[in-house]
Amino acid sequence: MSVSTNYELRCRECGKTWGNQPRSICDDCFSPLEVSYDYGAIRETCTRERIAQGPPSMWRYADLLPLPENFQPAVPAGFTPLLKAPRLARQLGAKNLYIKNDAVCLPTLSFKDRVVAVALAQARSFGFDTVACSSTGNLANAVAAQAARNGFRSWIFIPADLEPAKILGTQVFGAKLVRIAGSYDQVNRLCSQIADERRWGFVNVNLRPYYAEGSKTMGFEVAEQLGWRLPDNIVVPMAGGSLITKIKKAFDELIELGLVEPKPVKFFGAQATGCSPISTAVKTGNADIEPQKPATLARSLAVGNPADGHYAIKAITNSGGWAEDVSDPEAVESIQLLAETEGVFTETAGGVTVGTAAKLYKQGRIAPDQTTVLCITGNGLKTTDALAGKYEAEAPIPPKIAEFDKYLERMPDVPETRIPETVEA
Amino acid sequence: MTITVQIPTALRRLTAGSSRVTCSVTNLEELFSELDQQFPDLKPHLRDEAGQIRRFLNVYVNEEDIRFLGGNTYSFKDGDEVLLVPSIAGGTAEKVSMQ
Repeated sequence: MSVSTNYELRCRECGKTWGNQPRSICDDCFSPLEVSYDYGAIRETCTRERIAQGPPSMWRYADLLPLPENFQPAVPAGFTPLLKAPRLARQLGAKNLYIKNDAVCLPTLSFKDRVVAVALAQARSFGFDTVACSSTGNLANAVAAQAARNGFRSWIFIPADLEPAKILGTQVFGAKLVRIAGSYDQVNRLCSQIADERRWGFVNVNLRPYYAEGSKTMGFEVAEQLGWRLPDNIVVPMAGGSLITKIKKAFDELIELGLVEPKPVKFFGAQATGCSPISTAVKTGNADIEPQKPATLARSLAVGNPADGHYAIKAITNSGGWAEDVSDPEAVESIQLLAETEGVFTETAGGVTVGTAAKLYKQGRIAPDQTTVLCITGNGLKTTDALAGKYEAEAPIPPKIAEFDKYLERMPDVPETRIPETVEA
Repeated sequence: MTITVQIPTALRRLTAGSSRVTCSVTNLEELFSELDQQFPDLKPHLRDEAGQIRRFLNVYVNEEDIRFLGGNTYSFKDGDEVLLVPSIAGGTAEKVSMQ
């Protein structure tokens, strides 16, 4: 696979370029670095046809990712289904609704597989033998699995109170898991300090500019799967706030490269009320974040001091979009609603996204007829504890047909389905 | 009172290699003024053109984000350990464009 090497790190604020190296901060002004591309060169080769001939994974967009020369992908991450969601739409008062289903992203069932795949490509080229991350769980799983697949050692730092499935789903890959007695924000700060002192490739610290580019593939796929057009609205869950800004970058790049017709897209951000620094800022008209102490069941969104919050606010407000937040019970009901209407079992962050979308339709901020995509970023099997007490195991019945008949009689609202005993000849 | 400030690796070239700086200040504004004086080369890295503390610079006191302690109004206590940690954002340009 031939890929573009027409990219380098550039300071988001002062514009200084830094070449390609494991670094996320501009030493001059302490601002974040971003990967910038030579779009003129990319435009010459990157066409819809070339993308369509690529593999059924995020690597079909290799021209638009910061990948080392001669990079050979080891995991087929991404290219998840975009599902039309008519039954959920009816429940929300919508008419043209889609689910981008990263609950089935490979290899670890969340969108984090996309970002880690790009980060590890660069980790290899920078010569790291150990990769690491701070994580609320999904990233931990993705780093641990892909490190194993690519032959890296991995160190994973998590807040101690994570869901058991996310802890087990990290340890099983042989990762060193360090539980920190503190919040994600404290884990993240600690990792910044560790990255300062050790030769480790921290995917979301010193490799972050490359890592974050992986999120763009979710946006590329939405556009391609809609038949090379952009949606009117997109609803995106926000933790650190990076995903929503990178989906915007993806759409902007597709327009810039002439792969889709230019079109304004409204960006809508979703948070849990118990950790809503970004939605609070949008709703109160602030350009900056007031950090919060998270208190929510949606642990994958429990980032009280979102690093990309400032940029997420900008992306949302400049697009004419909005941000909302929902309570934990609303998020859990929304997990059930999505599962019952569309057969998609998402984790708490997905419940937050669906619940937020319901609110936005109710508020009239999203018009029912417009094409709207909900980004579902994680799998419900990782956060089953959120549904504790929702489904009681019933007493078993004996394996006899008469017992089953009696069982049915006890059940309310079961339609008559018995096949008549005699059939007329 | 005396507090200790830890300098991140990236900035140590501007502090003559010092990783820890000890100073006697009572609040955040005084701390930055003191750093400005001790290390004039550091100043443009910590403050923007308008003299404001840079947006992406986080300040922690004994592991706690100073914004939770009152920010500018927090009064340092003897022995406080201050950390300067840049916020690790991805960043996204307003608009992508041909270069």
